[in-house]
Amino acid sequence: MAHRQEALALLVFVGGLSAATGMIIVETIALSTMICNDLVMPLLLRWKTLGLAQRRDLSRLLLGIRRGAILLLMLLGYVYYRAAGEAYALVSIGLVSFAAVAQFAPAMLGGMYWKLGTRAGALWGLSLGFLLWTYTLLLPAFAKSGWLPLSFIELGPFAIGWLKPTALFGLDGVDELGHSLFWSLLANLGAYVGVSLFGHQSSREHAQALLFVDVFKSVGRGASLWRGGASMTEVIALVGRFLGPERAAKAFADYAARQGLRSSAELVPDANLVHFAEQQLAGAIGAASARVMLASVVQEEPLGMEEVLGILDETSQVIAYSRRLEQQSRELETATRELRAANERLRELDRLKDDFISTVTHELRTPLTSIRAFSEILNDNPDLEQAQRSQFIAIIVKESERLTRMINQVLDLAKLEAGRVEWHATEIDLAEVIDDALATTSQLVQEQGVEVQLDLPRRVPPVIADRDRLMQVLLNLITNAIKFCDRGAGRIGIAVKVLPEVLQVDVRDNGRGIDVADQDTIFEKFRQAGDNLTEKPQGTGLGLPISRQIVEHFGGRLWVCSEPGEGATFSFTLPLGQSDVATADPGHEREDRT
Amino acid sequence: MSKTVLIADDEPNIVISLEFLLKQADYRVVVAHDGEEALDAIRRETPDLVLLDVMLPRLSGFDVCQKIRENPDWRDMRVLMLTAKGREVEVSKGLALGADAYITKPFSTQELLAEIESHLGGQ
Repeated sequence: MAHRQEALALLVFVGGLSAATGMIIVETIALSTMICNDLVMPLLLRWKTLGLAQRRDLSRLLLGIRRGAILLLMLLGYVYYRAAGEAYALVSIGLVSFAAVAQFAPAMLGGMYWKLGTRAGALWGLSLGFLLWTYTLLLPAFAKSGWLPLSFIELGPFAIGWLKPTALFGLDGVDELGHSLFWSLLANLGAYVGVSLFGHQSSREHAQALLFVDVFKSVGRGASLWRGGASMTEVIALVGRFLGPERAAKAFADYAARQGLRSSAELVPDANLVHFAEQQLAGAIGAASARVMLASVVQEEPLGMEEVLGILDETSQVIAYSRRLEQQSRELETATRELRAANERLRELDRLKDDFISTVTHELRTPLTSIRAFSEILNDNPDLEQAQRSQFIAIIVKESERLTRMINQVLDLAKLEAGRVEWHATEIDLAEVIDDALATTSQLVQEQGVEVQLDLPRRVPPVIADRDRLMQVLLNLITNAIKFCDRGAGRIGIAVKVLPEVLQVDVRDNGRGIDVADQDTIFEKFRQAGDNLTEKPQGTGLGLPISRQIVEHFGGRLWVCSEPGEGATFSFTLPLGQSDVATADPGHEREDRT
Repeated sequence: MSKTVLIADDEPNIVISLEFLLKQADYRVVVAHDGEEALDAIRRETPDLVLLDVMLPRLSGFDVCQKIRENPDWRDMRVLMLTAKGREVEVSKGLALGADAYITKPFSTQELLAEIESHLGGQ
């Protein structure tokens, strides 16, 4: 204007004015929203007699409160400008406010990092802090503005020196702000910690402290600690009242979709859902109001000691259950392993039995083949010569005998292996049994023209055995020796040796001997050393396995020594019948092992 | 001229019965008691048909059959496997090796003769 640039000046003025106006609009709206959402609404909602929580549509009320707040703020601004505007610079006002806001720091930080803080402690701390802030910063400001006598600052109230607001308890030489912050925060922190520590922390406070401090340790705990009940319709209706029914329905439908549910009707009013509803409401009416509103429909039950114990009990039950499950799964694994092993064993046994049956049938079919063939020949040729007729009939008889012997031996072996043989163990004289066996085979010896050598010690000590079974072994070994000894110049020898603990019997022949490769297989069922000889030996192939079973039953051993071409010597041992052995039934030990 | 049949079996009594039956039916009979002996007899006599036991000592009936089928000179030789082992596996193994028929013991003498005749008569 001084330079006659009216147009420019007008432009600057309009610009400045609009900027200021804009700022005022933004500020007032923000502040009014805060006042409405976080101050007025919570108070009104808590005020039960107003019955606000039950009213269907609150949006008009919200608008009214906000408008009133804007008006009030503008008025306050004007009052401040008129009253204190001259006394204080903008910076000092900011600093005073900063000191006030700083009072929230102890309770907030404590809430986040200290588990022992209590509500009472926080309230006491805040109250003391604000009191001191008012006294050391706000009242002096009023004094400077002329609302209080200046002597209040210079001499202290009622002229008490140590209560001077700017130098409390004689603390001097610090600037006003620092002094105020020091005293107010000291008192605030002291009251917060002191009251928290000396006071009693309720179980609910403890649970919330845990939730806040360990918020990153257990994300899911919030839901499990929340103990409340709410009905879905109530929650939806509540949110609808502030957001409008359509928006509320859409929000819950979206939420249900996120949870993987088909519609909001399937939603369960759990802690997560209440939290979601609270978030929706907070957008419209602020966090504090949202919480109060929801509290009206959600009956959150305080977490009593009993419930904490219940939760702990539940947890320990879950742990015990999972331990038991683990244990069970381990046991199951072991059982499975054992079962697999048993199955393997069974399959092996099955295979062996299969092989055995297959071999038995094969061995039985062979004599049957001859018997059937000759029977049919005799039947079809009634006019056969007498000599040939007799020969064929003799073959049939011999093969029948072979078949019978084979069946008996198979049954015998099966009984031995199943441990179902009755043993009659007595003290027996081996020399006498050998004599008996030789007498039984004398006919065969004579027929084959075999020479028999007997080599017995003067006194043969007694052994414990089943006489008939021992006879069976001796007969088997002697007939084998006769069968395999040298044709024409056959010679067999039977010798008994008394060794320190056992009696050993050797049955020797002068036949062609047994290959080393065959020396084990001849003790297997149906295996004969003659398999690779041109002439097939007669016999069932079961004699030696049966003999070995019998000898081993009495605690002895049966084996063969042979050099091809030098004959073979079958030997078996029997433990000597000492007095202590004599009383015991040797059968038991064997049976236990099978 | 009568056809020649080789009996390859290690059971003496079965050999006696087969020998009697075949001679009665006017065949020329050659006998072998093990696999090696059977191969020798085949080379020497070139029989028209071999009655081959599976469980032969030294060389099994399966091996003998395989050797017969390997030699083109013996292409027309009929092989009848005889065995006391009647399992399916044994039967298919014998037939796979080129046997003409597989007869299980004990057999009916009539059926055996009919089988032999059917194989030799078709020549």
